[in-house]
Amino acid sequence: MIVELGAFCLILALTLSAVQMGLSLAGRFLRSRVMASAGEGAALAAFAAVAVAFGALMFSFVTSDFSVANVAANSHSEKPLLYRVAATWGSHEGSMLLWCLALTGFGAAVAVQGRGLPLGLKAMTVATQGGLGTIFLAYTVFASNPFMRLLPAPVEGRSLNPLLQDPALAFHPPFLYAGYVGMSVVFSLAVGALVEGKVDAAWARWVRPWALAAWSMLTVGITLGAFWAYYELGWGGWWFWDPVENASFMPWLIATALLHSAIVTEKRGALTGWTVFLALAAFTFSMLGAFLVRSGVLTSVHAFAVDPTRGVLLLMILGVTAGLGFALFAWRAPALTPGGVFAPISRESALVLNNILLAAATATVLLGTLFPLIREAMTGEAISVGPPFFNLTFTPLMAALAVILPAGPLLAWKRGDARGVYQRLWVAALIAVAIGLLTYGLVQPRKAFSAAGIGLGAWLILGALAELAERTQALKGDGSTTLRRLIGLPRGAWGMTLAHLGLGVFILGACFETGWKVEAAEVLPVGGTLDVGAYHLVLDRIQGVEGPNYEAERGMLRAYRGETLICRPAPERRFYPAGGQTTSEVAICLQGLNHLYVVLGERRATATAPVWLVRAYWNPLASLIFLGPLIMAIGGLISLSDRRLRLGVGQKRKAGA
Amino acid sequence: MRRLALVLAALFCMAAASDPADRLPDPGQEARARALFSQVRCMVCQNESIDDSDAELAADLRRLVREQVSAGRSDPEVKAYLVSRYGEFVLLKPAFSWTNGLLWGAPLLVLLAGGLLLRGRLRPVPVEAELSEKETARLKELANGQD
Repeated sequence: MIVELGAFCLILALTLSAVQMGLSLAGRFLRSRVMASAGEGAALAAFAAVAVAFGALMFSFVTSDFSVANVAANSHSEKPLLYRVAATWGSHEGSMLLWCLALTGFGAAVAVQGRGLPLGLKAMTVATQGGLGTIFLAYTVFASNPFMRLLPAPVEGRSLNPLLQDPALAFHPPFLYAGYVGMSVVFSLAVGALVEGKVDAAWARWVRPWALAAWSMLTVGITLGAFWAYYELGWGGWWFWDPVENASFMPWLIATALLHSAIVTEKRGALTGWTVFLALAAFTFSMLGAFLVRSGVLTSVHAFAVDPTRGVLLLMILGVTAGLGFALFAWRAPALTPGGVFAPISRESALVLNNILLAAATATVLLGTLFPLIREAMTGEAISVGPPFFNLTFTPLMAALAVILPAGPLLAWKRGDARGVYQRLWVAALIAVAIGLLTYGLVQPRKAFSAAGIGLGAWLILGALAELAERTQALKGDGSTTLRRLIGLPRGAWGMTLAHLGLGVFILGACFETGWKVEAAEVLPVGGTLDVGAYHLVLDRIQGVEGPNYEAERGMLRAYRGETLICRPAPERRFYPAGGQTTSEVAICLQGLNHLYVVLGERRATATAPVWLVRAYWNPLASLIFLGPLIMAIGGLISLSDRRLRLGVGQKRKAGA
Repeated sequence: MRRLALVLAALFCMAAASDPADRLPDPGQEARARALFSQVRCMVCQNESIDDSDAELAADLRRLVREQVSAGRSDPEVKAYLVSRYGEFVLLKPAFSWTNGLLWGAPLLVLLAGGLLLRGRLRPVPVEAELSEKETARLKELANGQD
């Protein structure tokens, strides 16, 4: 019954989305406030309907209703509650429903939040959001319906892949999708602006909060995914340049570029066309991601249940949606007013440079992901594009970005003062270079590139602090002024400082971990020992463990640094009988920001006693890899709470902009 | 579903590259072999290097690379040997060649295009009615502070 209610609501939501589009379009072109308001009402109703459908699907997962095909294929009655809930979005169908929930949710949010928007722009935005909702809901209803019944109902489900039964991964998709789909609002606002023929400072200000919210969610989602890979896959890697990772990373890069170019449009009325272009591109890359993950055109370790027909449909959706968006852009963009000019040394210049580098980085990731397909189509030969390619192309671009970054916020608009920037940053630069050189000289083995990376990370952190000091005049000596200014600092400024600082923190962690991780592996009998870096591990015993839906061997170890016992790692090797799969549960001992990472491998029979393959890694500063992006996301959220974005300040200034 | 199971089978017991039983006696050679592993694709796996993968083929390839390294071949020689046996697909870093020109050239092209576009927008902005330092400071206060 509840399942049928869900199915009904899903179809209802499809109808409501179409109505939302129709009414809003009518509102825009007939200049009717009533019609436009009705369209907004439909947007709210569509969201409510999808929410009910989503609840119904979750209910059937929680109650293990195996008469629903999707539940039978992706759940198991012995699974813990959290993973039964998370299984709602663990499959292709369920995740499409989550996508639609986010899409209609953002549509409803625009309808409610966009009070300051002029009638035409708002109606067009809600209409576009309705159009997107119609397309994706139609796809879900007709090609990926999660409410299909299965007759006769099986007694037991086929379970969710055990690797995915993990708290970080349970929450990874909701954040990721909120980020992906959040870009749809930016896309719709861009379409609206193009139809209205007006892209100005006010528009940029309306775009920013949506882009910020989506960017923050995406940052959290990607970080959770990387963290999951780090501790679940069991070899300490956290980023593999896998096509699916790239698919989530490209919208992030574009959104980052958009956040920066929107500032130029907001403050200086410049880069209008480019900002609109990025706004369209961000959601296009989100859809490309959805297509890549689901179509099976690329092989990836994370690929979803793969189905070529669905892939073709998604490709069509991508083509039509992005095609219409960019066609509109090609038609209307030439009419947009170009912004003012600026000197080579100015904040505009710095932000444009940021955008060029981010665009080049996106192109690198895009081609790195798709080129194997292009090449195979052209010459019939298969090639691989893996981490060594990205290290050689992407990394230098990001390094260049990191070098110029601290200067940007210190430059004035229109015409900056290079000497002034130099005066404010030379101390930071000097310390950063010193840190890089010290790292090169002191950390063994010597690694020039990793040491340079450490210097860059320090440069970003110190640069962010220098900028903060400049804003609060902390170096001028008057403590009370500094404190007053620190308190009075707009949240947007805090957000920027934190985001830049977070990037520095991430680079520090990533370079240190990649450059100086230590690895050791030995086959150990009970009582055997293993040395990794300065640490000494003893395998005390192996324990059998009965989990709720798995059986495991747990290694009981002791870890010493010198003579002191620092922790008792207990890594597990789990066997899930439902799917016949084995996973390893890593043990991580936190040592400050460093990780001692212990993995229990397979049991090997020998003539005398059984032995186990035990691997241990010393991952220095590994916590920073995940803390950095978290700081960035927090920066985004703080910036989002800025008064200027919450109030309709843009409207008041519209006349002057 | 079967395909997914295959993917997962490839994922389970990773980093077998560090299995002590297979290591080369010379630590220098072993380190070189490990560095090479991360550049060689496990061809039956889903986008994994043979350093990460525990598939049988990956183990075979590791043995092959270790043999080559211990026989004194240089890194480029080992790679050339692998390419001659398995094709370019086996390398995770595509060769610098004309057929891969688009791949390697794209970042540069975007940089170049961006640079040219930027140049079009740059003008020396005339010094006009400079504000005094006091005025600038006051303006900044207004812009940053209590609005």
